[in-house]
Amino acid sequence: MIHSVSTQSSVRRARRPLHGQVIAGVAIGLAQHLRLPVWVVRGAFVVLAFATGIGVVLYAAFWAVLPLDVDSDAENTTQVRAADTTRLLALAAIAVAVALLLTASGVRILDGIFAPILVAVFGAALVWRQTDDEQRDEWSALAGKAARHTAGTAASAGSWRIVLGTGLVFVAIVSLIVGHTSVGLAVQALAIALLIVFGVGLVVFPWAYRRWRAQNEERRALIRSEERAEVAAHVHDSVLQTLTLIQRFADDPQEVIRLARTEERALRSWLYAPVGDPTRTFAAALEAVAQEVETSYNATIDVVSVGDAPLDVGLSPLVAAAREAMLNASQHGGGQVSVYSEVDNVRAEVFVRDRGCGFDVSRIPEGRHGVRDSLIGRMERNGGTAVITSSPDSGTNVHLVLPLHKVSSP
Amino acid sequence: MSERRLRVVLVDDHAMVRAGVRTELGDAFDIVGEAADVASANKVVTAQRPDVVLLDVHLPGGDARAVLDHCVPLVPETRFLALSVSDAPDDVVATVRAGARGYVTKAISGSDLRDAVRRVADGDAVFSPRLAGFVLDAFAGGAAEKDDEIDRLTPREIEVMRLIARGYTYREVANELVLSIKTVETHVSAVLRKLQLSDRRELAKWASSRRLV
Repeated sequence: MIHSVSTQSSVRRARRPLHGQVIAGVAIGLAQHLRLPVWVVRGAFVVLAFATGIGVVLYAAFWAVLPLDVDSDAENTTQVRAADTTRLLALAAIAVAVALLLTASGVRILDGIFAPILVAVFGAALVWRQTDDEQRDEWSALAGKAARHTAGTAASAGSWRIVLGTGLVFVAIVSLIVGHTSVGLAVQALAIALLIVFGVGLVVFPWAYRRWRAQNEERRALIRSEERAEVAAHVHDSVLQTLTLIQRFADDPQEVIRLARTEERALRSWLYAPVGDPTRTFAAALEAVAQEVETSYNATIDVVSVGDAPLDVGLSPLVAAAREAMLNASQHGGGQVSVYSEVDNVRAEVFVRDRGCGFDVSRIPEGRHGVRDSLIGRMERNGGTAVITSSPDSGTNVHLVLPLHKVSSP
Repeated sequence: MSERRLRVVLVDDHAMVRAGVRTELGDAFDIVGEAADVASANKVVTAQRPDVVLLDVHLPGGDARAVLDHCVPLVPETRFLALSVSDAPDDVVATVRAGARGYVTKAISGSDLRDAVRRVADGDAVFSPRLAGFVLDAFAGGAAEKDDEIDRLTPREIEVMRLIARGYTYREVANELVLSIKTVETHVSAVLRKLQLSDRRELAKWASSRRLV
C-alpha cells in the first residue's frame, strides 16, 4: 500500500493520516514529516523492534502522541474499513514475530513475562485503534453527517474490538500475576487490583457521567436554539417585512389586501402544509402556481387538493395548463377563484372555477393563444382533455383531465 | 327564515376577532355571550344554552375538543360551529369528530357566515371546501376492510363532496346534480355523521400522516 504523499505542507506538525496506514499511520506520518520514503521509516521501526524491542516502544509512543490528520480526510471511508482486517493481521504478525524471535534467541517466553506483555500490547493496540476510529467518526459526523449509517455499523464493530482489547489486557495482567506468585497471593493481588479499579471507578464515574450528561444537555440546547433561530428568522424575514410594507401602503387597500394575502399564504404553508417540494410533487406545484398567479393579478385563489403524485409521472403539462386557467380566471373572472385537484392511480384532474360573468365558449377567437394553445392544445398534445363550460350566472368552469403514465407501480 | 332570532355565543381568545364577528352577526342574531378560554366557555354555554356556539379551535386552557367534550352532553340541543384560522387537517378533523356540526375558516365572508350559522341551527352540516377535501382524502383508497356502511361514502356523497371542494354552494350543488337543496343537505349531514362515527383505520392513519412534526 503506497501512500501518495500529500502536497499540503502548511501543517508543520507530524500527523497520522487517515488512509493507507498498516497499523496506525505512524510511519507514514513520520515519513511525510521527515520527507523520507515510507519504507525507510517502516524498515527502521522493524529493525529497531527486532533489535532491542525499542522499535515497538517508540511506535507506541508516537501513536499516542501524534494527532490524526483530519484535514486530509478523504471521502473514502470504506477503504479504511476494508483495511481494518489487514491492520489486525499486521499487529498479530508483529506480535508472533517478536515472540518467535525472542524464543530463538534463547529467552523462554512461555513462563517469562514476554508473552503476557505481548498480549497486553496487542490488546491495548486494539483499544487505541478504536479510539482513533471514534475520533474520526466524530469528525466526519461534524463535517457532513454523511457517514451516519456507516458509523452505526462501525460502533458495533468497535465495541467488540474494545471488549476484546480490554479482555486481552486483563488476561495478560492476570497471567503475569499468576505466573510469578503463589495462587493464594495471586488471588489476593487480583482482589486488590479489582478493588483499586473499583475505587477509581467510584471516584471517576460520577464525574464522567455528569460530563456525559452535560454534553448531551448542551447538544439538546443547541438544537433547540437553532430551531428558535429558524422561527425567528422566518418571522423576521417575512412577517415583519410584510407588516412594514402594509404600514407603508396604508392608503392603497388593494395593495394591503395583496400583501396580507401573500403573507397569509406563505405563513400557512410554512405552518400547516404537508411539506412538499413544488419541483417534485403535484399538489405543491399547483399551490405554488396559484400563489404566483394570485400575487400578480390581485385575485384570491383557494386550492383544495385531494391525493398527490410526483410530478415526474408526466404531470407538468397539467400544472402548466392549470396555471393558464387560473390566469384567465383571475384576469377575466375576477374575485374568488376555486381550484380543486384530485389525483388517483389512473388520472389527475383539476377544476378551476371563477364566479365572473362567463363568456361564449363556442366563440373563442382564433387568435386567443391562451385558451386555444396553452389550455386545450396543451392538454390534447399530452393525451388529456380540457373542457370549458361558462355561463353568465355561474361563471366559468375549466375541467382538466390527464391520464397518468404509470412509471412504476408502488 | 325563522321568526325567532337565533341566540349565539362566541368563543375566541382574540377580542378583535370576537368584535369583528359580533359586528357581522349582531344584526341577524342575538349574541348572548362571549368567552375567551375553555373554562369560561363551558360556563357561558351551559348557562345560556344558546342555539349556536361559534368555537375557535385553539383556546387557552385546551382546545375546541375540551369545550365540546364538556358541553355536548350537558346541552344536547346546542349546535357547535368551528371557526378557525387553522387549516391543519388534524385540527379540522378532530374538532368535527368531537361533535362540531361544521368547520369554516375565519376568512369566510359575513353573509356566508350568517348562512352557516342558520344552517347549523337547523341541524344541517356546514362544510368548507377544504373540509370537503379532507373528507375525500380521508375516505379515499377504495373499500374499507370492514364492509361497514359507516366507513364508506356513497357515490352520490362523493359527488356532493367533490362539488363542495370545488367551491360550489349547496344551491349550486343542487342545480348541478339536479337535486333539491334539502337532499344536498341530507347528503352532507350523512357525510358528517360518517366522519364523526367512523372508526375506520384509514381515517386515523390519514390524520396522523398529515400531522405536523
